[in-house]
Amino acid sequence: MDKSKQVVPLSQLAVGHTAQIVGLELKGLLRRRVQDLGLIPGTTVECIRRGPTGDPTAYAVRGTTVALRKEDANLINVYPI
Amino acid sequence: MSIASHGRILKDYFGIVPKQDQIVIALAGNPNVGKSTVFNALTGLKQHTGNWPGKTVDNAQGSFTHRNNSFLLVDLPGTYSLLAHTVEEEVARDFICFGHPDVTVVVLDATSLERNLNLALQIMEITAKVVVGVNLIDEAEKKKITIDFPGLEKELGVPVVPMAARLDIGLKELKEKIFLVASGKIKPKPLQISYSEEVENAVQSLLPYIEQLGISKLLNPRWVALRLLDGDEKFIAKITSHLKYQNYPTILREAEVAI
Repeated sequence: MDKSKQVVPLSQLAVGHTAQIVGLELKGLLRRRVQDLGLIPGTTVECIRRGPTGDPTAYAVRGTTVALRKEDANLINVYPI
Repeated sequence: MSIASHGRILKDYFGIVPKQDQIVIALAGNPNVGKSTVFNALTGLKQHTGNWPGKTVDNAQGSFTHRNNSFLLVDLPGTYSLLAHTVEEEVARDFICFGHPDVTVVVLDATSLERNLNLALQIMEITAKVVVGVNLIDEAEKKKITIDFPGLEKELGVPVVPMAARLDIGLKELKEKIFLVASGKIKPKPLQISYSEEVENAVQSLLPYIEQLGISKLLNPRWVALRLLDGDEKFIAKITSHLKYQNYPTILREAEVAI
């Protein structure tokens, strides 16, 4: 199965669904910050809920919940599982 | 580094005045790992709170005695990282780097070790004098998480103490391990992360230049090389100013040429 064809931005992951991080397109400090919170390639992420206006979105990562803006989640590529 | 200049740095940069022969301990950890509980349990009412000089970040110091030695415990702000995106991270990093605490205690959350170990590994890149306290083991037990403590200790290369500070579990052991590391009876050999071949090659080519600066006693050369590769100019400037403060005019001149 070719994984690369199914890779989508994290922002497209629907509530209740889980995905595995494939890569980060974020740059600079934000990239480092996201990595410090434990979002690195291979990490499993679950979309928990979305803010009232569709932004930000809460994700479960390594036993913690983190909120990401849509623009930032757009730059995290995941493979839905 | 002379004792006099060390004392001056602690006082002027960090607002810390240890008593004579007092052993300085830094307390680091992620937010919400029960770091303050550990701090309170160790120091009781012997506390002093204020701000870090020039920063709107709380600074708590407290003291305790163990085996007839007096220890000054400095509570650092809770951070996920030391790569200084926030003022809190800057304060924590600067104290571990330039405050030269005798021991740095890293408190980890037993229920999310994976995320917490990031900070421990970053600190172990700066200093070898580290004791790891794995707190909230009672919570972990409730969540059916089992931790191989001897295995963790062996892999990290530093003393690891299982703790539940709220229930007064592990604090005595923590004090003992702090004492053993501070007095040099235990010499930790912390695990060093190997990066990609490109990064490691770049570090190797930088090391001779950094070692020439003669700052190896003050800062870990490998760590300085990694920060140079990060291109963190603000931090490089800070290293320079700290060296200036420590009255090393020749080192400084060389550092300015090299950087």
